[in-house]
Amino acid sequence: MSAFVKLEHVSKAFDVSPPWLNRVLERKPRVFLHAVSDVSFEIRRGETLALVGESGCGKSTVARLIVGLYKATSGRITIDGQDMRSADDTSEAARALRRRVQMIFQDPYASLNPRWRVADIIAEPIRTHRLITDRAAIERRVAELLGCVKLTAKDGEKYPHQFSGGQRQRISIARALASNPEFLICDEPTSALDVSVQAQVLNLMRDLQREMGLTYLFISHNLQVVHHVSDRIGVMYLGRLVEIGDKRQVFGAPEHPYTRMLLDAIPDLKMTGKARTPVAGEVPNPLDPPPGCAFNPRCPRVFEPCTRERPELLPAHGREVACHAVTRMARAG
Amino acid sequence: MMQALARLLDSDLWWSFKRSPLTVAAAIAAFLCIAGAVFAPWLAPHNPYDLAQISLMNSNLPPVFQKGGSSEFLLGTDQQGRDILSTIMYGSRVSLLVAVCATVMSMLIGVTLGLVAGYVGGRVESFIMRVADIQLSFPAILIALLISGIGRTVLPREMQDQLALYVIILSIGLTGWVQYARTVRGSTLVEKNKEYVQAARVIGVPSFRIMLFHVLPNALGPVLVIATLGVASAILTEATLSFLGVGMPPTQPSLGTLINEGQNYLFSGEWWITIFPGIALIVMVISVNLLGDWLRDALNPKLR
Repeated sequence: MSAFVKLEHVSKAFDVSPPWLNRVLERKPRVFLHAVSDVSFEIRRGETLALVGESGCGKSTVARLIVGLYKATSGRITIDGQDMRSADDTSEAARALRRRVQMIFQDPYASLNPRWRVADIIAEPIRTHRLITDRAAIERRVAELLGCVKLTAKDGEKYPHQFSGGQRQRISIARALASNPEFLICDEPTSALDVSVQAQVLNLMRDLQREMGLTYLFISHNLQVVHHVSDRIGVMYLGRLVEIGDKRQVFGAPEHPYTRMLLDAIPDLKMTGKARTPVAGEVPNPLDPPPGCAFNPRCPRVFEPCTRERPELLPAHGREVACHAVTRMARAG
Repeated sequence: MMQALARLLDSDLWWSFKRSPLTVAAAIAAFLCIAGAVFAPWLAPHNPYDLAQISLMNSNLPPVFQKGGSSEFLLGTDQQGRDILSTIMYGSRVSLLVAVCATVMSMLIGVTLGLVAGYVGGRVESFIMRVADIQLSFPAILIALLISGIGRTVLPREMQDQLALYVIILSIGLTGWVQYARTVRGSTLVEKNKEYVQAARVIGVPSFRIMLFHVLPNALGPVLVIATLGVASAILTEATLSFLGVGMPPTQPSLGTLINEGQNYLFSGEWWITIFPGIALIVMVISVNLLGDWLRDALNPKLR
């Protein structure tokens, strides 16, 4: 099947320069933070791609780029063949594209307007896109959506603060579903929830995917959650994709040294009491990334080209990896 | 209606209100001032501006507790025989009208500009906020004097008295918006980065709807407090302008005009003509200010 969502060499740089006057008076240069550089991947219709990585590696920026909250500095994002850049304007095509792509946010306490009733929150996409105009029909649709996320129609009368974190996250799922989207971007949807509630939300999301044929981009730093929900996994480090491939392959036999470190750091019941291997070193300053491979200061397999040349994302052992050591081994073997 | 009342009586706000005797006293004083002003035509013992009712025979009577005072004129009369208590009630009516209208005007301008500045950002924000900074570097009374001065020169002489009310509302209203703009911009900057606003953007809600229905209701909290304090300072500004003779004309006197007129008689012994309107002004401003202070503390969760 062809790609439903496609990112081609997408980059995003934020201008974090000091104000103009300071630059002129203190002769400070312009400073750019390259949050995402040259990221390309595809998501097939109906599958779940998970993006993992440490905080600040650019996974949330990728989500915001796809959904149109940020504009890409360079590169192209297409959804079902349609360029996301056209979504900036208010044309009919752009509105239609907006309807098909929705997002679930990280913090269920911040993502619902505290002054709106739940029914109005869920009805907002319907009203904005004029999917249904009849009042009673909107009410019925909202009740149906509340049912989808295991809440009752009566809950629509309440305000967000009357719900728990898990319930709120389900309300925000209902809102995302209200416009009948095909593609859902989930930005750490469970990281603000209790472990017991996490499973509940994740199972609900999986059921909805089966029923409605949704495509997910799932962003998380929790590898166990990712293992539970995803079909494919992309690992990001300092704004770049370092490894992407099938879940079983990436989890079963990680190739990139960074992916290995991440997987080694997962807590395991069998290892209780023993010290785990933490991921060594600190993430370098993204304003001033090391030359060559961004991972080279922390990498156990670092050798000569790593500090000189940036590795490309190349196919190796049934997935794509950006690592000089892996590529050389693959070529030799 | 009953439900709303019950909810009010059950709220934290009511509880903190009851606990502060000073606030209760201020509320009662403010209520008396406002009721006296609003219902002046029905409550005032005389109509001081009905020529048929005033008589020069009653001029310059002292208040009732002084020798020569009459119980018909509780706070005495002025040089034209007008009852001071009644002129105060009619005068505070004008003062309050000006203050409330000017505050509403400042609020509308300030909230709109602050919301736009905070939400749109960039050059628009820089421009609006620099204008606000410039205006803030001049004393408010100076700007009000300037605007009412311009109003006076532009308008034809015969219309000046009729339009004085609008000119003064405009001049006070245009000076007060900065505070609202700054406050609303601040809270807009906080709200705009919250996820519910981003969610609305992802849904595709147009910017002006996001500003109006998502950001504004959540940014309005502090505006209520500023508006209450703003009414008090608008009363004072209006009184100052009128005292200086550029505010309300003697045909439609506010408290400031009354004080201005009365001060001419202070040294000839008729102290009541200027002192009583002065006391009324002080009571009104202090009580409204105290209410505003209480509201600010009561709505600030950090001080609870």
